[in-house]
Amino acid sequence: MKNNLLIVIPAYNEEKTIGSVIKGIRNVAQTSDIIVINDGSSDRTESAAKDAGAFVVNLPFNLGYGAALQTGFKYAIRHGYKYAIQMDGDGQHSPSSLMSLIKEVEKNNTDVVIGSRFLGGNSYNAPALRKIGMKIFSIITNFITGQKFTDPTSGYRAMNDSILRFYSNDIYPVDYPDADVIIMLHQAGFRIMEIPVDMNPSLTGKSMHSGLKPIYYLFKMMLSIFVTLLREPISFTTSPHRGEGKGEG
Amino acid sequence: MPLRQQIFAILISIIIFIVIIELVRKRKLREEFSLIWLLTGFLLFILAIWYDLLLAITSLIGASLATSTLFFFGLVFLILINLYYSIKLSAIANQMKNLAQEVGILKAEKEEKKNIKEKWGRGEEEERIKN
Repeated sequence: MKNNLLIVIPAYNEEKTIGSVIKGIRNVAQTSDIIVINDGSSDRTESAAKDAGAFVVNLPFNLGYGAALQTGFKYAIRHGYKYAIQMDGDGQHSPSSLMSLIKEVEKNNTDVVIGSRFLGGNSYNAPALRKIGMKIFSIITNFITGQKFTDPTSGYRAMNDSILRFYSNDIYPVDYPDADVIIMLHQAGFRIMEIPVDMNPSLTGKSMHSGLKPIYYLFKMMLSIFVTLLREPISFTTSPHRGEGKGEG
Repeated sequence: MPLRQQIFAILISIIIFIVIIELVRKRKLREEFSLIWLLTGFLLFILAIWYDLLLAITSLIGASLATSTLFFFGLVFLILINLYYSIKLSAIANQMKNLAQEVGILKAEKEEKKNIKEKWGRGEEEERIKN
């Protein structure tokens, strides 16, 4: 029987953690398909992922986190998957929450579900500066969407195929897709939900936010949110809740 | 405008014209981009032979010297050209991203097919040996 669910893991130089992440997923979801998008890594990420039994797509050069993720979404659409989960390859996202994430989407309670590191009494210790940034974006996102998001920057999400089609479009940001994507989804009329997920405190790998990047991140996210609001409510929505306009995105 | 200045300006605009036409002829510059440069040369030419126009523009925008008008519009022109290139670059970066994604997926699919085929091929071989 063909699998409905594809687990997408973008990886950039994650040879140390990617293998254990895949094995961890296999422990809770034995038969699920796992695709690792190797985003031009210079280390042995590819063979580590292959050895652990994942399907690996190698990008010819480094495209960035969002573009790598989008590659996985495009693959999912091409191969007719109904659901997808995105998670990081650094081992921060615990596979134990996989099932609870996908359950919500499978039950059709929502189009996309975001795994929050703060909901349900979870304590996630981020550096102070990053905590402030997260708080700011959570306030902005809540204000615009009128919905409460505790962790809009989380990269641990599950979604159905109408979201996958939406994400395969050129509007999907190539770098740091998080709070702005939530607002985009909200504008397009999709249903978004947040549930608590577990974190692996022992396996906190390197962050993609280092050096001058936080400043760029802050600027990019502000601008991205701002122009998203300026745009017409996106017309190419493929959400089933707006009639049967399932056009090619 | 002194005659010497005028001759110099006309010479420059003619050289720009020739260089651009030559680049297009050698297919080193796409017609799409050449248009903007040809227009630049043309504008320079007009201003060189029609000095009164430059003076009129100078008084219109309230500049005190004709040269500052030239410098000002030259700068504005360069900024606009850069903006145009930024737009082009964004489009090209996006196309390149899509291509890279496509290449990655296609390569992986091809390899997968080859692996399956090899497995099957080996299976057939084994079966033949068994029989």
